[in-house]
Amino acid sequence: MGSADFLIEGLVKALDLILSGDSYLWSVVAVSLEVSGSAVLLAAVVGILIALVLSFTDFRGKSIVLAFINAGMGMPPVVAGLFVFLMLVSAGPFGFLKWLFTPQAMIIAQFLLITPIITGVSISAIEAVDSRIKDTAYTLGAKTLDMAVVVVKEAKFGIITAVLAGFGRAIAEVGAIYIAGGNIAFWDAEADTYTSYTRTLTTAIVLETSKGDISTSIALGIIIIGIAIIVNLMTNFFQGRSRHG
Amino acid sequence: MKQKFKNLAFIALTGFLLMIAVTLSGCIGEGNSSECPACPQCQECPEKTECRQCPQCSKCLESSGETKYLALSTTTSTENSGLLKVLNAPFEEKYNVKIKVIAEGTGKALKTAELGGSDVVMVHARSQEDAFVAAGHGVNRRDLMHNDFVILGPADDPAGIKGMTDAGEAFKKISESKSNFFSRGDESGTHTKENEVWTASGVEPGGTWYKSVGKGMGDTIVMADQQNGYTLSDRGTYLSMKDKINLVVLAEGDPILYNPYGVIAVNPSKFLEKSGEYKLAMLYIGYLTSPEGQKIIQEYGREEFGQPLFFPDAIPEDVLSEM
Repeated sequence: MGSADFLIEGLVKALDLILSGDSYLWSVVAVSLEVSGSAVLLAAVVGILIALVLSFTDFRGKSIVLAFINAGMGMPPVVAGLFVFLMLVSAGPFGFLKWLFTPQAMIIAQFLLITPIITGVSISAIEAVDSRIKDTAYTLGAKTLDMAVVVVKEAKFGIITAVLAGFGRAIAEVGAIYIAGGNIAFWDAEADTYTSYTRTLTTAIVLETSKGDISTSIALGIIIIGIAIIVNLMTNFFQGRSRHG
Repeated sequence: MKQKFKNLAFIALTGFLLMIAVTLSGCIGEGNSSECPACPQCQECPEKTECRQCPQCSKCLESSGETKYLALSTTTSTENSGLLKVLNAPFEEKYNVKIKVIAEGTGKALKTAELGGSDVVMVHARSQEDAFVAAGHGVNRRDLMHNDFVILGPADDPAGIKGMTDAGEAFKKISESKSNFFSRGDESGTHTKENEVWTASGVEPGGTWYKSVGKGMGDTIVMADQQNGYTLSDRGTYLSMKDKINLVVLAEGDPILYNPYGVIAVNPSKFLEKSGEYKLAMLYIGYLTSPEGQKIIQEYGREEFGQPLFFPDAIPEDVLSEM
């Protein structure tokens, strides 16, 4: 075992798993994308709305709200997971929903995690819009709603970057979905394979590594890095657009 | 220009509403259940797991509608050893139930059940189980099965415990040689047993050689294996991993290392909205302790590992063997 043979063997098996379309592997990928995608969609709608409201209004306590959003941007995923667990467990206030250990619970946990990120980054993007544009719109008789439209149009690449940042955070986190989702996969005896129910790329890596199944872990790792690279490339592309045009 | 933004907003809003619809209908990850033909036609089911079988013709009954879920919180050993997937499959098929297995240490599993996060628990720490029932969190505890714990260590055995049958003495020698010892440290059944053995040894473990890792059995074995240390493991998890590690069984056979598993239903009077789940939990316990379930436990591992990983306890083994 002295050499790195096991690494090469693991890598070869991992590539085989990916290329052969291993159904367990791809069910895990599907759940990951569904959960994080849904959470991002929800968080984008809510986060961008909050960012617009905060950018265009002034009220007492606004600085406190902003401080909360900034603090929320650094919320540890396990805390979000714990919060959702305590809310959804039968003894908790929302136990009647029976949502604990379901994809819904994971979406809520990730929503809590990334809404502050999307809000915060969107606010920066909106604030970065040249104030002359706002002034011009204002002098041309624009109302608050028209101004919002103009500003969002100017800040759209920054806002897209915010959404991508939220997605990157969601797809890569493990703590929140582990606690809220329970890392469940169903065994299908006929197909002789597991199918993910609340098991994602990250939580599956934790489990497979603990079982010593290195090749499956490597395969999952390759896929998640691939997704991260795609998200990063898209972010770079949109950041470039927001700078130049 | 304004039109463009409106389009964007429309797309976002539509996506948002779609998402809510999907979430509320609870379809994510479950697949669509197709309608099954009624029994008289006796046609093959398109998707067998979604349908119940007719007792007369063993073909399909019409879909019983929504798949029911039963949440089982259990220890990492039952899941990691692969027993549960074999044990649960016939039950899931027969009753159109999906069992959500949440694998965590015994302490956490009991806590999850206490808060109503699960409907039935399968764990291995008798003292904690009795406390759980006594506090009114669980009802109808049954003995399910047992195996035993073994003390694992590197083949060169720096502490010199090879072949010992007194677990307390073996732990004492490990502490005297200050060899690395990896403790689960997570209030799991294995951790509870480890503490019992340390008490028997008369040693209070501590110091840099005693590493509390706070992880599941598989992780702990991997860590001990990587650092040539000792650890306490249930035999099932060890056997399921032994091809991937260098650790060997050095000490075994002490009566203190007996490892019984119990199964307990969550008390239905605690969470009134979960009466349906309680009935399923009792159906599941009935299945596990039935000749069918006990036979599966008895047979599991003989083929793959050359020896059984667990021994059934709900029905005496000699009775079971004659059936």
